[in-house]
Amino acid sequence: MKTALKPVAAEPVLFDLASAALRELNSTLQALPANTNETAWGIKNPRGGHAIAVGITAPIEVSIEGHVGYYCAGMNDGARITITGNAGPGVAENMMSGLVHVLGDASQAAGATAHGGLLVIEGNASARCGISMKGIDIVVKGSVGHMSAFMAQSGNLVICGDAGEALGDSLYEAKIFVQGTAASLGADCEEKPMTEEAQAILAGLLKQAGSDAPPENFKLYGSARTLYQFHVDNAGAY
Amino acid sequence: MCGIAGLFLKNRALEPELGALTAAMLTVLTDRGPDSAGFAIYGTATSGAQKLTLRGPQNFDFEALAAAMDVTCTIHDDHAVFIVPDNRETEIRAKLAAHKELAIVAYGRSMELYKGVGLPEAVSARFGLAKMSGSHAIGHTRMATESAVTTQGAHPFSTGPDQCLVHNGSLSNHNDVRRKLIREHISFETQNDTEVAAGFLSWKLREGARLNEALTSALDSLDGFYTFVVGTETGFGVLRDPVACKPAVMAETDDYVAFGSEYRALVDLPGISKAHLFEPEPAKVYFWERAA
Repeated sequence: MKTALKPVAAEPVLFDLASAALRELNSTLQALPANTNETAWGIKNPRGGHAIAVGITAPIEVSIEGHVGYYCAGMNDGARITITGNAGPGVAENMMSGLVHVLGDASQAAGATAHGGLLVIEGNASARCGISMKGIDIVVKGSVGHMSAFMAQSGNLVICGDAGEALGDSLYEAKIFVQGTAASLGADCEEKPMTEEAQAILAGLLKQAGSDAPPENFKLYGSARTLYQFHVDNAGAY
Repeated sequence: MCGIAGLFLKNRALEPELGALTAAMLTVLTDRGPDSAGFAIYGTATSGAQKLTLRGPQNFDFEALAAAMDVTCTIHDDHAVFIVPDNRETEIRAKLAAHKELAIVAYGRSMELYKGVGLPEAVSARFGLAKMSGSHAIGHTRMATESAVTTQGAHPFSTGPDQCLVHNGSLSNHNDVRRKLIREHISFETQNDTEVAAGFLSWKLREGARLNEALTSALDSLDGFYTFVVGTETGFGVLRDPVACKPAVMAETDDYVAFGSEYRALVDLPGISKAHLFEPEPAKVYFWERAA
């Protein structure tokens, strides 16, 4: 399997947020047709701004040179977006497909509610990474904060470092792989035996993310399925 | 939502720029808190004297009052700082108490404190923040939740000498803690939750705790959402609640430690591209101190 993180090939169209409005950037990128020839974009001076490069539906490459604020690359559907600095809260929230690659750290709720695509964070992610994830794959090369994968429904969260408290609280069917240690597990999250199928998913994601962490070092966590299944003993509560 | 900006200088060469840097940070945070703004700034101390920051009605004649009391004063819009020799503090406070239209906003060796209703840029401009210098400053832009949009409800709050606190969040047990603190003779001017947090730290500091110890005990006693940034005469501390709902970004270089609710507030600080950027962890006390 090839690594997902190939460098931007074409000469990029440059967009400087120091001299142009964010809304102009986003509406330009959102209007690109799927067969656009303008496939490479470079964004300068993000200066921690919010909602940069959101809602893109064309399969373009976007490189954001610097640190971004809230909700960068939100709702991405097919673009490959690189952030060379840190990302604020909610990076790649609700991503549908494509790739978001953060070269620095990510703040809270990275990849929140996302349905698909791959989010790779080279540094650490803080609290609530992958909260309510619905099919996205997330690879964090550092550690994640507390309440990560809270109510995660499907997809895979790979943590090469450690996880904070209450990992996978109220988990549905997402898989969580941790190389380091989890400070504590949330309600209904438990360690599972690493199946061949799970290890193959993990190995594939590590390779796509360009990580050389050995898959056999990871533990697998999943749902004990006692919280979200109806149990007849609770019938009186309804 | 609220915005917090804090800057603690390690390099004294930057001190003349402290006010301008802080004012710029507060302006960026306008959209996190457009209701009111305020700041505490730690400037030059006068040996053997206290600074009393007073707030009065618009156009109050502070100059005449200072002349009548024979103390020096500097006026910043509806605030004024009186330099009061230590041996005259009781006398001056008694005289000021007769002026019901005046409030003593803060006191201490080096801290001055200014706050008012309005957009942060306008508040900073009214008080001339950009021209102020000092060793550290803490500012706040408020979007009101727990009490009214008034000057009294603006941050920072000060409940002890050279002590100030700003807060993003809301406390859920402030009435209970306030009652306990009143029994410890900590006095409160408002019904605001943040003032209780400030009072709690003042109480701990009065009992001999260091700032980091006072912040550690706040973790046990204060319930709710909070990101606090606090200042003392020589110290600068940061604390987030264990759930860490409220945002925080910090930058540290050889020259300064800076706090911003968002990275946007830090983006124009000198040398930011080489700063160590990090998100303070939940329930962990961060604390810097400089030699007095």
